[in-house]
Amino acid sequence: MAIHFTLNGKAQALDVNPDMPLLWALRDALNMTGTKFGCGMALCGACTVHINGEATRSCITPVSSIAGKKVTTIEGLSADNSHPVQRAWMEIDVPQCGYCQSGQIMSASAFLAKTPHPTDAQIDDAMAGNICRCGTYNQIRKAIHRAAQLQAAGAKSANSGEAPEIESAEQHADVLAGGAE
Amino acid sequence: MSAVTTSIDRRRFLKTGLAGATGLVVGFYLPGRREVLAASAEPAVLNAFIHVSPEDRVTILISKSEMGQGVVTSLSMLAAEELECDWKKIRTEFAPEDKVYYDPAFGMQGTGGSQSIHSGWVPMRQAGATAREMLMAAAAQKWGVDASECHAENGVVVHTATKRRLTYGSLAEAAGKLSPPTNVKLKDPSEFKLIGKPTKRLDTPDKLRGKAMFGVDVRLPGMLHASVEHCPTFGGKVASFDGTKAKAIPGVKDVVPIMTGQPPVMTGVAVVADNTWTAFQARKALDIKWDEGPTANVSNASIFQEFEQRAQKEGVVARKEGDAAAAMANAAQKIEAVYRAPYQAHATMEPMNCVADVRPDRVDLWAPTQFQTPSRQIAAAIAGVKPEQSFVHTTYLGGGFGRRGWSDFVMEACQLSKAMKAPVQVTWKREDDMQHDYYRPASYIKMAAGLDASGKPTAFTARVACDSIMSWFFPGSIKNGMDDSSVEGVADIAYDVPNILVDYQLVAGPIPMGFWRSVGASQNGFFSESFVDELAAAAKKDPYEFRRDLLSKKPRHLGVLNMAAEKAGWGKPLPKGVYRGIAVLEAFDTYVAEVVELSLDKDNNVKVHRIVCALDCGQVVNPSIIEQQAMGAMVFGLTQTLKTEITIDKGRVVQANFDTNEPLRMNECPKMEVYIVPSKEVPRGMGEPAVPPVAPAIANAIFAATGKRIRKLPIRPEDLA
Repeated sequence: MAIHFTLNGKAQALDVNPDMPLLWALRDALNMTGTKFGCGMALCGACTVHINGEATRSCITPVSSIAGKKVTTIEGLSADNSHPVQRAWMEIDVPQCGYCQSGQIMSASAFLAKTPHPTDAQIDDAMAGNICRCGTYNQIRKAIHRAAQLQAAGAKSANSGEAPEIESAEQHADVLAGGAE
Repeated sequence: MSAVTTSIDRRRFLKTGLAGATGLVVGFYLPGRREVLAASAEPAVLNAFIHVSPEDRVTILISKSEMGQGVVTSLSMLAAEELECDWKKIRTEFAPEDKVYYDPAFGMQGTGGSQSIHSGWVPMRQAGATAREMLMAAAAQKWGVDASECHAENGVVVHTATKRRLTYGSLAEAAGKLSPPTNVKLKDPSEFKLIGKPTKRLDTPDKLRGKAMFGVDVRLPGMLHASVEHCPTFGGKVASFDGTKAKAIPGVKDVVPIMTGQPPVMTGVAVVADNTWTAFQARKALDIKWDEGPTANVSNASIFQEFEQRAQKEGVVARKEGDAAAAMANAAQKIEAVYRAPYQAHATMEPMNCVADVRPDRVDLWAPTQFQTPSRQIAAAIAGVKPEQSFVHTTYLGGGFGRRGWSDFVMEACQLSKAMKAPVQVTWKREDDMQHDYYRPASYIKMAAGLDASGKPTAFTARVACDSIMSWFFPGSIKNGMDDSSVEGVADIAYDVPNILVDYQLVAGPIPMGFWRSVGASQNGFFSESFVDELAAAAKKDPYEFRRDLLSKKPRHLGVLNMAAEKAGWGKPLPKGVYRGIAVLEAFDTYVAEVVELSLDKDNNVKVHRIVCALDCGQVVNPSIIEQQAMGAMVFGLTQTLKTEITIDKGRVVQANFDTNEPLRMNECPKMEVYIVPSKEVPRGMGEPAVPPVAPAIANAIFAATGKRIRKLPIRPEDLA
């Protein structure tokens, strides 16, 4: 029997073994491969998604448990890399191999939603569950602080109707692509 | 392959959405096909590395695997510098396997040894310059002027006198029909616009959206998912198996044996299913009787016992200068020590995997591989097709660190696709990945040194006993029992010591060995740079000044050592309870010095607060990526120093996942600073060389803090009690 839930803002039905972890339902049944497999035991955070806004390890979350819930994956965080975390990640040029970064970004975005002005210690605590073998931790720490700034600026401009400090992600990507100039 | 199959394949992949992913290789364009390509809407092939489309899109073919080290960006920068194209219009594709992309250092297409920038330095710039000259010649022909009257800038050829302009896209087809010039002149470094400037990575945007295509992300129509139960012991095999129960599980398509070696032996059993999770689950229902083989008696204790016994005997000489024995006998002071390092797993974040599509007349691989050439050959052999009917499409690699130089995962995917007559993706569980790796060698070393009355070293000896990587990877390279990778980082010590003897006892053990980020220097750097610190202490000298005095003839070592000491404030007071350690090493012709600041809590947990790194990798191509790589390498070094080890019990690996073999996490990561010593030397790689100094710098700081000398990795609180 199909399980119904909301995936990246749209109604989704899934007819798979209810014990199948959400990770594999996303990757193999729905061909949404942005969410990564790392350990299968909630040890590395590569598979992190948001369930009702909470950062959740999809590798140990059976699909039966998500009926009626709202799931957001890296593909649904923004349409165009415009989420403050993605913009900050772009500015700092965080990824190396990039494999863990979907999970890092999903953990960071859930964390910043609740902790808009984090300290280094809070960042370390919140992000300790996400392993990066390339060792991008210093860049992630820096990017989370930057994302907090962008998030605050975005909230401010949304309230006051002012133009945001950074243009659309598309333009931003162009600026960054020309970063050598 | 014929151009017809090329275009059919391109359409097929476009349809399945594969080609939409940046960086996925669908690059079937090969040099020599330009007459066909020019007739279609395809980009013009100016050479093996550069294609230009009529829409002004410049495609740079990347012959190296991108595993995080930034080659997609930095190799593109080399080509773009000479091509004078618009950097914003650059796209990249991973190159197909072809001789034109071979790395001269390996004699095949592959990525490793921190070689990419070094081996790409001239060819990529030449490719850019050659393409630029062809575009200029095409413009000159159109205008009926001499090419020397034109110049190129930002993707446009300009007739300098009349300011007439033609874009690269409008010239591409004509340029593609010209013969390439053979002796283009490359820019003087003073003319560089791009090389040497901090430049954002080209692969970042896709890596923030889940759009970068890794091996595990490949999806083909009709593709099946497989997972392999491997023999738990190294060198063991399947005695018998019954797949009946597994096959009865809904979604399971078949149970297929995996054969390895010559002659082939059944070493694993695969479950093929319609999704990965079902394949994982159904493995538990396999009824397999293992023949564990002789390795079942091997344990860490027996391995190190053998190392120790072998180290009692003379080995093969790796380096001999002067008469170390005589100098030792005359020394005022003699210092001796034994050091050990454990096996290490690569533990790339993306577990091993591969997709193969074996057909009667061709085989296609989508592989996160570091070595395309052996992957292609293995695929052709298993598929039973000609070498030219085998196609490697390199995906992004979710980490490599040397692990993906092996093709075991390629072999499995090919065997399974052949058996199933369908495309098959084989995915390893984390446990498979950690327990069936090709490990960094464990090692045992006996070192001794003699000091004269003033504390100056007069003799240094070292005997290494350890597993040999090359015996596994390329046995033909072992000459007279010597594997250079087993002694690098100790045989090549740079210090001015007149009498040196380093020898090696090659131990041909049963545990599979492989290249692990920074290879021999990852353990030997810990040995040699910790021991030099012991000598400084015995000589009652400051560890930095002791090194500096012995490196007076080594300007590049000295350059990084002095810069690291200066930036770290060596000798200046530290907060109470914080201590410094220093180390300097050359690896892969890059020079790195690091200063660590750490403290210990009451339970002897080591907290590293700061690492200052100074490096000299020759001319700088992209300083941002250099900084990234140095920091990443230091995290890798911290992990092996304080966190991980692989141990063997009953012929199998004890650790299985990130709980029992846990890499450094964010909350343990210190502040890191990276400084580049300016250099005019040829560029060298930065993927690995910042790993080795971390362990000795930490151990040396612990000595400064506690007076206790650490001679074994990883460093555990109980070792400090």
